[in-house]
Amino acid sequence: MDWMETMLAGFGRRLISNCEQTGSLVLLFWETCKRIKDVSWAETFRQMARLGVDSLPIVLLTLLATGMVFSIQTSREFVKYGAQASAGGVVAIAMGRELCPALTGVVVAGRVGAAIAAEIGTMKVTEQVDALRVMATNPVTYLVAPRFLACVLMMPVLVVFANAIGNLGGYFVATYYAGISNYTYVHSIKVFAETLDITGGLLKSMVFGAIIATVGCYKGLTTEQGAEGVGVSTTASVVLSIILIFLSNYFLSLLIY
Amino acid sequence: MAKPLIELEQVRLAFGAKTVLQDVSLAVEKGETMVVIGPSGSGKSTILRLIIGLLKPTAGRISVHGEDVASYGEEDWNRLRKRMGMVFQYSALFDFMTVGENIAFGLRQHTDKTEAEIEAIVLHMLERVGLAGQENVMPANLSGGMKKRVSLARAIAVQPDIVLYDEPTAGLDPIMSEVINNLIVQARDEFGVTSVVVTHDMDSAFQVADRIAMLYDGQIIAVGTPSEISRSTDERVHRFVHAGRETAANTEEDRHEAQQ
Repeated sequence: MDWMETMLAGFGRRLISNCEQTGSLVLLFWETCKRIKDVSWAETFRQMARLGVDSLPIVLLTLLATGMVFSIQTSREFVKYGAQASAGGVVAIAMGRELCPALTGVVVAGRVGAAIAAEIGTMKVTEQVDALRVMATNPVTYLVAPRFLACVLMMPVLVVFANAIGNLGGYFVATYYAGISNYTYVHSIKVFAETLDITGGLLKSMVFGAIIATVGCYKGLTTEQGAEGVGVSTTASVVLSIILIFLSNYFLSLLIY
Repeated sequence: MAKPLIELEQVRLAFGAKTVLQDVSLAVEKGETMVVIGPSGSGKSTILRLIIGLLKPTAGRISVHGEDVASYGEEDWNRLRKRMGMVFQYSALFDFMTVGENIAFGLRQHTDKTEAEIEAIVLHMLERVGLAGQENVMPANLSGGMKKRVSLARAIAVQPDIVLYDEPTAGLDPIMSEVINNLIVQARDEFGVTSVVVTHDMDSAFQVADRIAMLYDGQIIAVGTPSEISRSTDERVHRFVHAGRETAANTEEDRHEAQQ
């Protein structure tokens, strides 16, 4: 029964290390919240531009494509069943509530979360994080808090743009390809979509922003063993962020809608 | 006699089952340069990390500026660290800042000095370390020796009482080592800085030290003035201190014999 013991031990070790990691993540999140009051706004704005504005093109491209394919699949079917009056609304609600926040989250996790983990990870292995501490500067205040704020504040902004372009893509496909009239499509959005469909999505995106920044910074700050370690941290940060985004998305959707 | 500025008493440090330091006791007096020598992996750098609070001892007592720091949290440490500086082995310059911004970092974070005053200090520091005119260069574009000097300028820009040097001359050519050694001596003579230098470069050790401590297998096996250490009868100390020279002397003799 040796193999079984080995297997159980391996499983147990993973479980313990995952619990430890969750605990450390929560602690880092808590410490970041406490230190936000001391944050440098100049640095926060710099990070907002770097992490937020620079992510706009890829977010727009992703959500334009999503809006278009979503509209191809729904509009045609809706027309088949004579329900073209619902097409615009369905796209708008799906975009606002789920697709825009979740997909923006995934894209930003891949782009920004990875960049944060790589940047802070490199600083960690080259002793720059130690240099900060030695110079009486708290790495959480100086490195984590501005990135955290930047992600939390810029995610909703990105999602607003994502909604706009997603619905635009949906509109073009529905009117040119499925033959739904301009009026029917726009009217359907007005009838079906409510403010909460958008604001709920924006709220979710702020949580995703917090997850991306906290996980990226945590993975960066716990990087070990040189260049290889930075690679491991970067990958791990993207994977963990995406898992947490999907998990929290489920519960947030239950809670909000 | 005044209380030592830095004091380690029976400090033990272990990572899990691996003991790095065992019962290390070391006292550094105000204004002196203490050099810690020892083979690679003997835990030399760890001592510096303990003195500046990057690591916590497993057991034992550490005092800095007369304060018992064993139970200190990050906030208490930061109060002390504002009067301390450290030169890292690989310089650890902030690579997203220019050389000037690196040197100005501590001043901007912790003093009320105006930008004009800070700029004047930065330029003065760069001149001291022989890098005048380099303030707008990014660290990535500097050589190893230049980075070390910027790192040193960054450490002393805030006029600390204590400066810790981790292998300040490792990987540098002899001339650059000489420059760094002179800067360490100058910092002591001009500002009265108390220094702890960790090195395995014996030339550097003998050039800058007021006293030398030898660390071997996680223990301090000898402490004394450079001449005392040089005359030490302990075989481990003798071998370490004279290794390079004897090998050099031997090859010299060999060559001499070969020629005859």
